[in-house]
Amino acid sequence: MTKKQKKVLYRIIITAVLLVILHFVPDLGVFTFFLYLIPYGIIGYDILKKAFKGIRNGEVFDENFLMAVATVGAMALALYEEIKGGTGEFTEGVAVMLFYQIGELFQAVAVGKSRKNITALMDIRPDYANIEKEDGSLEQVDPDDVEIGTVIVVCPGEKVPIDGKIIQGSSTVNTSALTGESVPRSVSEGDEIISGCVNLSGLLKIETSKEFGESTVSKILDLVENSSMKKSRSENFISKFAKYYTPAVCYSALALAIIPPIFNLILGNPMAFDVWIIRALTFLVISCPCALVISIPLSFFGGIGGASACGILVKGSNYLEAMAKTKYVVFDKTGTLTKGVFQVTKTYVDSEWAKTITTANGAEATFLSLAAYVEGFSNHPISKSIKDAYGKELDLSRVTEVEEVSGHGVKAKVDGVSVAAGNQKLMRALGLSCPADTGVGTVVHVAIDGVYAGYLLISDVIKDQAKEAIAGLKAAGVKKTVMLTGDNKGVADYVASTLGIDQVESELLPADKVTWVEKLLNQKEKGENLAFVGDGINDAPVLSRADIGIAMGALGSDAAIEAADIVLMDDNPIRIALTMKIARKCLTIVYENIVFALAVKAVCLVLGAFGVANMWMAIFADVGVMVIAVLNAIRCLKVKQ
Amino acid sequence: MKKTYKIEVDCANCALKMEEAAKTVAGVADATVAFMTQKMKVEFVEGADDKEVMQNVLKACKKVEDDCEIFLD
Repeated sequence: MTKKQKKVLYRIIITAVLLVILHFVPDLGVFTFFLYLIPYGIIGYDILKKAFKGIRNGEVFDENFLMAVATVGAMALALYEEIKGGTGEFTEGVAVMLFYQIGELFQAVAVGKSRKNITALMDIRPDYANIEKEDGSLEQVDPDDVEIGTVIVVCPGEKVPIDGKIIQGSSTVNTSALTGESVPRSVSEGDEIISGCVNLSGLLKIETSKEFGESTVSKILDLVENSSMKKSRSENFISKFAKYYTPAVCYSALALAIIPPIFNLILGNPMAFDVWIIRALTFLVISCPCALVISIPLSFFGGIGGASACGILVKGSNYLEAMAKTKYVVFDKTGTLTKGVFQVTKTYVDSEWAKTITTANGAEATFLSLAAYVEGFSNHPISKSIKDAYGKELDLSRVTEVEEVSGHGVKAKVDGVSVAAGNQKLMRALGLSCPADTGVGTVVHVAIDGVYAGYLLISDVIKDQAKEAIAGLKAAGVKKTVMLTGDNKGVADYVASTLGIDQVESELLPADKVTWVEKLLNQKEKGENLAFVGDGINDAPVLSRADIGIAMGALGSDAAIEAADIVLMDDNPIRIALTMKIARKCLTIVYENIVFALAVKAVCLVLGAFGVANMWMAIFADVGVMVIAVLNAIRCLKVKQ
Repeated sequence: MKKTYKIEVDCANCALKMEEAAKTVAGVADATVAFMTQKMKVEFVEGADDKEVMQNVLKACKKVEDDCEIFLD
């Protein structure tokens, strides 16, 4: 609790105690009024002051005004009863003010606490950077003052303050604050490292490559902190609603106080002004719009906070709202559903050739090593993947007479044996036949000593969680999943059918992707949203064209963070369905609160107008509803993974 | 030009009122107040002097919500 809140708490306690004492004081007529003025003053002076200032500034209709009028009215009526000779109900006016303050205090504490929780989730801001001095001791400096190219030292347990490259040391780092991924990542000399990671084991020396303000951690913090600036439609609805609602209620209350007594006068009945004024005052207390005004932004803020704890950055409440209504999800293939790295996925050794091999390692190992050697001098990604599959250090002096055959492949002598590796055309040129049905991907055929030996199939690997992710989206109510890719049809169709994607469009240029997204946007019905998921590197136009652009594996990629509406920090596609789940839950809570608060208020307003609801019920309708709505809103923060 | 200011305000409704008030000040193209993060983001009209405009924004906000504070620095 802050100092301000503590002060209110003391005032609440004192007033409550005074009310209990006054309850046992016998009726002293008009003097009782003055006794009750003491707790009333203690609990309500700031509200009265604010209401008065509001009126003076022409800002009449706010909750301070509502409370002031209601309580002053109640006190005045009680005084009127006393003067008439009856017993006035002074407790009511003081109690309304007391409960209003309790409600406000609760709200302030609850909101403050959840704000702290959410900021704690996002507490990745490093406070200092260590710079090694000449005598070897470390000096802590403000990360803002560190220039590009400075060497900083990160001890175990410390956060990496600035993006850079490791120049000395190796360690494991925890990236969970950034990605939600709890498995530590190991890093060593030469690796790029991003700020916000926590160094777990070894000492790291890092040469900074960016300024603090441009580093990942600053960008993310900036993004999250500004996220509540982009307001959702529900939030805008409430602010508009509050603008008309409060004056409407005040005029209704006024009408309620005046019109029925006038009718009574015309009909010749007693005017019963006091009865109708009480009803009008009750009406005012009920009408306070706090529950709505506070709980809706709190829900969205909680949802965004909960999401960011899972490594999902949502750039605004409006995107969270839009995400809940996503019916179409369009994917980019490479880097999104597949890992975007080429690997040898199949090794086929011709059985005829295998019979001629008698080495201890067996035919397949010999085949792979010869293929790796013949590709030894090439830096092409395909060659690299073959060398990776072989996995051992190559002694390139064994390779002689290397000859690149453009568009076909490569020929060389390995230990004096001629080896050729390349496509079908190369085999044909050598007068060899090779199997046509190889599977989807890039095929490298290998001929050894003039005999066809087999082939290696190299393809992009589908992410482990991709299938589950697509199924999750379907379960979450997505109507259609589409994959757009620049890759060839065979590969695209294979990936799509493996994952269960509904529609696939292949061999597209980047501009074609935009056209396709536009086509899909035209197809969907109103109130349905289309999300595009890409790895963000060359998808910027599509990301901004879709209703929601989701960038994936965006750590360190500034372009993606800029272009997308939602950023998934790690590259796990399963988080898309999780984002939808969070969005849905958040929106459900928002609607629950809107409906619940408006319904309770409407019922109480009607009951109040007819005199069924008294002041105590009015207090529930105001403070009680607000407390329930705030507690409900806090649920948004909890995310089940 | 856009700038973000730290603010202090107690209730969500007051934050809304501050937002409305700030929007009406001359030199302000748009303003948003986030109650949750206690921040005010102001977009200035081209060529406006932000320091001067913010003084007026503060005045306008104080008028609708006596208790609020905008930290100008």
